[in-house]
Amino acid sequence: MMTVTGLVKRFPGVVALDGVDLDIRAGEIHALVGENGAGKSTLVKALAGIHAPDAGTMTFDGVPYTPAGAADGLAAGISVVHQELALLPYLTVAENLFLRGLPRTAGVVDRKRLRADAARLLAEVGLDVAPDTPVERLGIAQMQLVEIAKAISTDCKLLIMDEPTATLTSREAGRLFGILRGLRERGVAIVYISHHLQEVLELADRVTVLRNGRSIETREMAGVTAPDLVRLMVGRDLAQEYPVKPPTEPGEVAIAVRGLKVAGFEGPLSFSVRRGEVVGLAGLVGSGRTEAMRAIFGADPALSGNIELYGEKVRIRHPKDAVRHGISLLTEDRKSQGLVLDLPISANVTLAKLRGLLLRFGQERSLSEDLGRRLHLRSAGVGQHVRTLSGGNQQKVVLAKWLNAGSDILIVDEPTRGIDVGAKYEIHELLLGLAAQGKALIVVSSDLPELMGVCDRILVFSRGKIAGEVARPDFDAEHILTLAYSGYLKNGETQ
Amino acid sequence: MIKRLVLGEAGIGVALVVLAGFFVIAAPNFATEQNLRNIMTQITLNTVLAVGMTFVILVGGIDLSVGSAMALCAVVSGTMMAGSGSVVTLVGAILVSVLVGAVVGWINGFVSEQWRVPSFIVTLAMLNVARGAAERYTDAATIYNLPAALNDFGTITLLGVPAVFWVALLLAGIGWFVLSRTVFGRLIYATGNNEEAVRLSGHKTSRIKIAAFMIAGLTVGIAAVLYMARLNIASPILGQGYELNAIAAVVIGGASLMGGRGSMAGTFLGACLLGVLTNGLLLMGVSDFERQIITGLVILVAVVLDAYRLRLARKLAVTQPATKEPVPATVAS
Repeated sequence: MMTVTGLVKRFPGVVALDGVDLDIRAGEIHALVGENGAGKSTLVKALAGIHAPDAGTMTFDGVPYTPAGAADGLAAGISVVHQELALLPYLTVAENLFLRGLPRTAGVVDRKRLRADAARLLAEVGLDVAPDTPVERLGIAQMQLVEIAKAISTDCKLLIMDEPTATLTSREAGRLFGILRGLRERGVAIVYISHHLQEVLELADRVTVLRNGRSIETREMAGVTAPDLVRLMVGRDLAQEYPVKPPTEPGEVAIAVRGLKVAGFEGPLSFSVRRGEVVGLAGLVGSGRTEAMRAIFGADPALSGNIELYGEKVRIRHPKDAVRHGISLLTEDRKSQGLVLDLPISANVTLAKLRGLLLRFGQERSLSEDLGRRLHLRSAGVGQHVRTLSGGNQQKVVLAKWLNAGSDILIVDEPTRGIDVGAKYEIHELLLGLAAQGKALIVVSSDLPELMGVCDRILVFSRGKIAGEVARPDFDAEHILTLAYSGYLKNGETQ
Repeated sequence: MIKRLVLGEAGIGVALVVLAGFFVIAAPNFATEQNLRNIMTQITLNTVLAVGMTFVILVGGIDLSVGSAMALCAVVSGTMMAGSGSVVTLVGAILVSVLVGAVVGWINGFVSEQWRVPSFIVTLAMLNVARGAAERYTDAATIYNLPAALNDFGTITLLGVPAVFWVALLLAGIGWFVLSRTVFGRLIYATGNNEEAVRLSGHKTSRIKIAAFMIAGLTVGIAAVLYMARLNIASPILGQGYELNAIAAVVIGGASLMGGRGSMAGTFLGACLLGVLTNGLLLMGVSDFERQIITGLVILVAVVLDAYRLRLARKLAVTQPATKEPVPATVAS
């Protein structure tokens, strides 16, 4: 029904899809699994018509499929239910369902027909709410069902579901599976993306594994086990493109976190990092790593727990406290959280250390130039506005900001995401250099080879808890990934 | 050079010169020393208010309450100094005016930060509250017998320039210095640009934003004193619509209502442009109604030109080639 061959999609600095083959049959549930960054989301967007591929072909129902935008995908009968729900909270369920084409009589919305059509669709997905209910009053599971009803409201032949159960309880997920099976009976093809391997094993007829933007293998589900899937996802080709951390004698404990609980995550989390040590935080997106780091830094409130620096208990309630105590946080989203895009490089570099009354332009310029040289920053001068720099150079500006702040504890969240290989290597070397100076480093990354390259220890997060800790001699991608998935394999209530 | 002309405050400066040139030819008595002094006196209040408004707009806020707050400052301060010949009372009353303005500004900033309410709404409410409070304070009466010393200050000139305008110039100068030379000014720009990044760099952005509203309040208090000095009365109904003129000056000066972009020089030139326009049209005998239409159109043109200017700036910035060498020694500021 949908055949994809040799699909390639490049973004500046990254190859997101690097030759994907996929064939989806009518009336099957086809699971798509792979690590963070394996290319699942990009593939979905290519199928939906949101991203135009750079190479490769797609055939849908026997004819070449070359969508120019999401509207073409919909017209062809391809619907996507994205991870983030896209409903309008103040409109009614019925209005949300038919927003693309409200039934009209002489230009006026035909309320009666709208209600009737909506009721029919809601019955189909087994959602028992009045069509006139405002969406904001629904629970998250009900909203999900509205999304699915919306997806099948058009003549949908291929339904793509991106992590639909992430926010559902297992009972709700069970109902969702029933509905998906019903759609399958009617001949709808379903592409199902999930981190929950257990679900995939239960639900899907076939599975395709993606790794590094390539499709590795498509298998019939019968006889496949969770360890099989993990092995396929990890692969064996861990290219050595990372500077490897030389073993060092770690110093005193720089930061100790005890019993940290963060809203929305199970926890409690306890761990410590020594001076000169690089500790990696592995885990799936949404496993609570970023939230925990933000709570430590004072960016978001923690529910409970305490933090000790060099053996002394400290209170951090605002990033200001963290900076004063010598903690830096390089956030995962540099554009929205790390940089002031319309100010020059020099103003960004000094931002975390601006104190006193008057600006010292000479000093600001010379120290920005020094740091720029040290980080191999490529720019037209420190007066250049940060907005116009490339991703890698922007990241170096954020790093320069925290180097200038002179912190001894450095937390970096996805330090090399969306950055070209050259800059990536430079950033890794810099991080190792800082550790060698006796700073304590925490590296959050979804790039497992990166963590295995630069870290002394890796803490593996899984569904808001630390599922295990692995030291350098025992680094093994398969083992780490199994730990990362472990919290999602249990079949309990998910909330 | 072309870039500077299009992108900097130079653009509005050119517009001002062209407009003045037009009035020199078209409006009788425009280019006289006396009229120049008139213009200075006429734009004094708006300039002072616009200086404070610039801070608020730079952090992404807006202050609709300045006109009403000015009336409140004036009646409180005016009541205190009325009928008194004592210098101490006069100075005290001036300080009270400034203090009332600062408190109103603090309330505006605090409420909008503490409860995350858009400042548009908070200051809209304050517009009513302050006006009502001013009327209640004097039972809607106007205060007349203000000290003669104050009125003297409102009428004298120093080096040929009205004393009240010197105050406006001084405030604009201080504002320029604070915005471009101090750490606080840098944080004002940075917060308006990306509040979250500034917060995550260890700065209490709420305090910075509240401070911006307090600065606006300070200028309101000063403007109230200048008003009383010029007109020798304090009335609870004074200052109506002043907030819009102040906002117009800031926007014509090239500031973005989204925050993070704008300058004190631009604001000053914006206030001058509005003043020259009003004065020149008056001398040409254009009616009040037509004058309002033209002023409105000028604001519109300024904003549209500015949007176009910004697009061009982004384009120029992107096409500007980055050198391959890491950080060359020379830097264009």
